[in-house]
Amino acid sequence: MAKKQVNPTDEFIKGLWRDNPVFIQMLGLCPALAVSNTAINALAMGAATTFVLVMAGLSVSLLKNFIPREARIVSYICIIATFVTCVDYAIMAISIELHRALGAFIALIVVNCLILGRSEAFASKNKPHIAVMDGLGMGVGFTVALLFIGVVREVLGSGTLFGVDLFADGFQTWTVMVLPSGGFFAMAIWLLVVNWIRQRQEKADKQTSEQTGEAAS
Amino acid sequence: MNTPAPPQQKPTTVWQMYRSIVGIGAFCALLIVSVYQGTSARIADNRARFLSSAIEEVLPAVRSTVEVSLDESGSLVAAAEAADLPAYLGYDENGDLVGAVITARGMGYADNITVLYSYSFELQAIVGHKVLESKETPGLGDKVELEPHFLANFEALDARLNEDGTALANAIVTVKEGEKTEAWQLDGITGATITSDAIGSILNQASSYWLPALERDARDFQPPQSIEE
Amino acid sequence: MNEPGYWSIFLNAALVNNFVLAYFLGICPFFGVSAKLETAVRMSGAVTFVMLVASTCAFGINLILEAINAPYLRIISYILVISSAVQLVEMLLRKLSPPTFKALGIFLPLITTNCAIFGLALFQTNKGYGFTQAIVYALGAAAGFALALVLMAGVREKLDLADVPSIFKGTAAALVVAGILSMGFMGFAGLGR
Repeated sequence: MAKKQVNPTDEFIKGLWRDNPVFIQMLGLCPALAVSNTAINALAMGAATTFVLVMAGLSVSLLKNFIPREARIVSYICIIATFVTCVDYAIMAISIELHRALGAFIALIVVNCLILGRSEAFASKNKPHIAVMDGLGMGVGFTVALLFIGVVREVLGSGTLFGVDLFADGFQTWTVMVLPSGGFFAMAIWLLVVNWIRQRQEKADKQTSEQTGEAAS
Repeated sequence: MNTPAPPQQKPTTVWQMYRSIVGIGAFCALLIVSVYQGTSARIADNRARFLSSAIEEVLPAVRSTVEVSLDESGSLVAAAEAADLPAYLGYDENGDLVGAVITARGMGYADNITVLYSYSFELQAIVGHKVLESKETPGLGDKVELEPHFLANFEALDARLNEDGTALANAIVTVKEGEKTEAWQLDGITGATITSDAIGSILNQASSYWLPALERDARDFQPPQSIEE
Repeated sequence: MNEPGYWSIFLNAALVNNFVLAYFLGICPFFGVSAKLETAVRMSGAVTFVMLVASTCAFGINLILEAINAPYLRIISYILVISSAVQLVEMLLRKLSPPTFKALGIFLPLITTNCAIFGLALFQTNKGYGFTQAIVYALGAAAGFALALVLMAGVREKLDLADVPSIFKGTAAALVVAGILSMGFMGFAGLGR
């Protein structure tokens, strides 16, 4: 492994945009679509996932010399499942209603490809503090993406935001947005926005590089 | 990605595998058990609070409850352990029996619907309902929790028993919106036909199961003293 | 009280509460391998197979967990036992029936830790299904998954030929198609009564 200078802040920032788990890497789509019907659910799910990401990243990174290569996947799964169980009970202790709203999707954090992917590809090769920053960045990126989808669905689907009524009584809610198909549509809308911004950026980058190239010659 | 294996890597010995798996297992077990221990009291507390607020919603006069179940012979006994679909006898602050609160479940439009409803011994009628769990279509199926004329059904939904006390005198059914003529009929909701039908059949089924025993035994039932709050 | 019939469980899992289109389970393979019809069919075969294994395992583990009264071990034991059982079956298959292994083999490791599989195990436990009910539920879920995947692949093969704006290409278009499919599947609600 090439020892390049890794800056914790960079590891944090990259999860927000350049490597955003949901919009760019398309990881962890199941919970992103399933529990994003209200903003508050999206936020809770994002927080739970972030916690598991950070703790799993930290543990894997601390134990990286202790775990032999052959047993690594099973060890990672075991560690992740442990933290998910903890989160499951913690949410139950905080609010039964929230636990009911999120349903089985808390337990399903275990099979979120994002977490195993980061543990395997990043945390197992980096120092603990960098792994934590990476997990935090990815987690926040995931939460923000979920929140974006959740806000669109809740505002259009129920006319509320975080449970607060936004519109006067005349607003006809787009019920389809709180239904499963609304999840797909909201995600598609954001994906279009992200793709559009990226394309513009690429074009701008090309132009500037061409300009600098001309200037150099 | 094809990261080349570090050159100096030694083959993993059985001992190393064993050590790491047992170590991680122990670490995980410790963590899970301590979290479980740490949260179990609060979770039980939350559950109880959730239940009592739900019961208060369907039967406001209740101050304390006793969970009951039916034994093999069909008579009413205090429940030995928490059931999946429990039923409770509700007592007011003087310790007098005011009603029963019953959980029931049945198939709705999309998935199972679980409801909590209350039965008044005085009126011999169902006097309140609350949907605990449903995945019905928002805006349509969830009207059973919101629609005023549907909720008005539960001012006193007749659930009298027949003369032998063995079954409901009149089966509880849902009729089309605006066609309710009898006290045991549920005025349905147009646009949520299947869901309101489902509520009717859930109530009918659960009442046929519980009410004969409740009517026969509940008045003589001695609540265990320790459970009173 | 009344137990749901096998047919109703099957229909519910396959159509009304389709795992992919209503519960969003197994979205990753859904978008990953739904580009070609043939891959989609083979993937569905593998998923059916793993779901049956998972359902059986989950039923067994749940019996043990209930006997020792340790619900807090559910998540960890489900995921470990299901993934090792699939691995074991994969080895057996390679030895006993190489053609089947060739057809399904490459998909098996991919779907071992898939949300649809794990979700199936959790839901069947939450619903309190008995053994045959659980098997029927698994079959229904697998049939629903296969149906969604094959439909999607059919649409996407055509979509590839269409001229769509560049930002719309790929997953964004697939998402919209999935959304419309999901709306279509809502029409099945009420069937499983």
